[in-house]
Amino acid sequence: MTGLKLFSRRILPQLVTLAVVVGLISIMFPGFFEISIANGRLYGSPIDILNRGAPVALLAIGMTLVIATGGIDLSVGAVMAICGAMAAWGITEGYGLGLTLLMALAAGLACGLWNGLLVAVLGIQPIVATLILMVAGRGIAQLITEGAILTFNHEGLIFFGSGSLFTIPTPIIIAIVTGALVTLIVRRSALGMLIEAIGINLRASTLAGVNTRVLLIAVYMASGLCAALAGVIAAADIRGADANNAGLWLELDAILAVVIGGTSLLGGRFSLIASLIGALIIQAVNTGILLSGFPPEFNLIIKAGIILIILVLQSPTIRTMVIFLSPAPVSQADTEKQAVNQ
Amino acid sequence: MISKKALVGAGLLASMLMMSSSALAQTVGFSQIGSESGWRAAETTLTLQQAKERGIDLKFADAQQKQENQIKALRSFIAQGVDAILIAPVVATGWDSVLEEAKEAEIPVILLDRMVDSSDDLYLTAVGSDLVHEGSVAGQWLVDELGGKDCNVVELQGTTGSSPAIDRKNGFEQAIEGHANIKLIRSQTGDFTRTKGKEVMESFLKAEDGGKNICALYAHNDDMAVGAIQAIKEAGLKPGEDILVVSIDAVPDIFQAMAAGEANATVELTPNMAGPAFDALAAYMKDGTMPPKFIQTESKLYTQADDPQAVYEQKKDLGY
Repeated sequence: MTGLKLFSRRILPQLVTLAVVVGLISIMFPGFFEISIANGRLYGSPIDILNRGAPVALLAIGMTLVIATGGIDLSVGAVMAICGAMAAWGITEGYGLGLTLLMALAAGLACGLWNGLLVAVLGIQPIVATLILMVAGRGIAQLITEGAILTFNHEGLIFFGSGSLFTIPTPIIIAIVTGALVTLIVRRSALGMLIEAIGINLRASTLAGVNTRVLLIAVYMASGLCAALAGVIAAADIRGADANNAGLWLELDAILAVVIGGTSLLGGRFSLIASLIGALIIQAVNTGILLSGFPPEFNLIIKAGIILIILVLQSPTIRTMVIFLSPAPVSQADTEKQAVNQ
Repeated sequence: MISKKALVGAGLLASMLMMSSSALAQTVGFSQIGSESGWRAAETTLTLQQAKERGIDLKFADAQQKQENQIKALRSFIAQGVDAILIAPVVATGWDSVLEEAKEAEIPVILLDRMVDSSDDLYLTAVGSDLVHEGSVAGQWLVDELGGKDCNVVELQGTTGSSPAIDRKNGFEQAIEGHANIKLIRSQTGDFTRTKGKEVMESFLKAEDGGKNICALYAHNDDMAVGAIQAIKEAGLKPGEDILVVSIDAVPDIFQAMAAGEANATVELTPNMAGPAFDALAAYMKDGTMPPKFIQTESKLYTQADDPQAVYEQKKDLGY
């Protein structure tokens, strides 16, 4: 019971932020909550937010784990491009859906392995290590697509981008299932705690007997796998692999989602659900701007303004100030009284 | 670094070999920006084709998006004593000294596709497309197609602040000005990409009564239109019928969409900049005819009536 209470207190700020952003959009655009069914799948702006937010949500899952270890993965956008290109190439070469997906996911794992080796074995700083693949990755993707947008018409692959299961668009299902699986794995075992231990003190964890090297590599591989899923979705969505633009700057959105979710960039405690809500907040802002009909020159300013407000409200200094300035600090007095009574 | 040197070295060697083999043919140096987009790849393919057709010995140098490489290539062309130089400049500034060197060596320089900030007596002519004109051709098509019917248009802009986005928007607005039946109701950037084109179109459809309020889409490039067409289909509407689709560039994929009846018209940004350049050069070499300082390429309109499938077959191997 207390665990549930703690958990809801943990994700409360993110939920409130999401509610406020969605509320603002529905004031500006009254038809926001209308959901219907078109072509056998749910159709409406809230569905758009979930559907468009799925790639960033997937990236945020991997990114949360990486950031919890005190690292960062700048390469996920480029890995998306590589895996999308791999999927498009595989399907146009006629390898069949199963093998194609396997190749795309394997490419993501390989990219993660590369990052993991640089960080865990060679001891290169994560921001530098993953920068290498961030820069080189698009080149690799371009080699696969030979510089053009590689288009395909394979219904099976397209299903992962614009198909639906029980009227729910596939990307949403993939993101939710991945999120749930990863949460189960890290929270039902000691893995989550070990990842947090690495983030808090790498050397102490090693001395305490944690196999930090293997765990670090595994975390980067998980991030690569998440990026591969996002890359397949992005390519399937437009029925083509665009090496130049697939996942462009999404690594920054993913990091932002984790930060909005309240996980510290210094590593340590993390919350996957809060990161997922963070990803939804970012996409809600994006979709809201598009629905609002403002001229495009304002897009980035509005987005930056909203993010700034969210982060300022989350800042510890502001929180202390709010508590300090609030007229009746009842709760604080109560706890003191309790302490005295005990 | 080593590979770059090796490349330049290999290029020099190859061009020296070519020079010895065809002493009679006119030699022209071509400094290309690099392979930044499918369109540019097609431009390179067509330039090589055009040169071959005219029996011109073309020395090709790929600058890999770097001005220093282009300047190096130009200097090496001058040292080799080519008859003329074609260049697609990667940036607008910093060309004065190398262009002066070419002038002193009496080698005419023709700019392809992009302009430079240098004084216009430093180059023979510039061949390029008028982006404003492209927008107005698209707008004029819509005006003619509607014939006075009321129409709400949504616009997918290119990257905010980029010159193609500004010019293509202006051109379109000029063409529909004075036609009260056509209203531009929404305009957003799709960053010239399919993904963003699809995402923005999805929001347009929701914001405008599930798309019932939209009669036409104008996209600043074909890629955004291709993305938007998918969004329209997923919303249960018929692109090309329920919502007219007109865009610019004429890349192969839009012809497939046109053949399927899902896109209505596209305005070509021709990758054949070299053809007019070689024509101007031939006239100049023959009797010293000075071409105008800007040669505007044709902004050809393609519609579903122009046998899009055949155009697709023609274009698909150009390297787009």
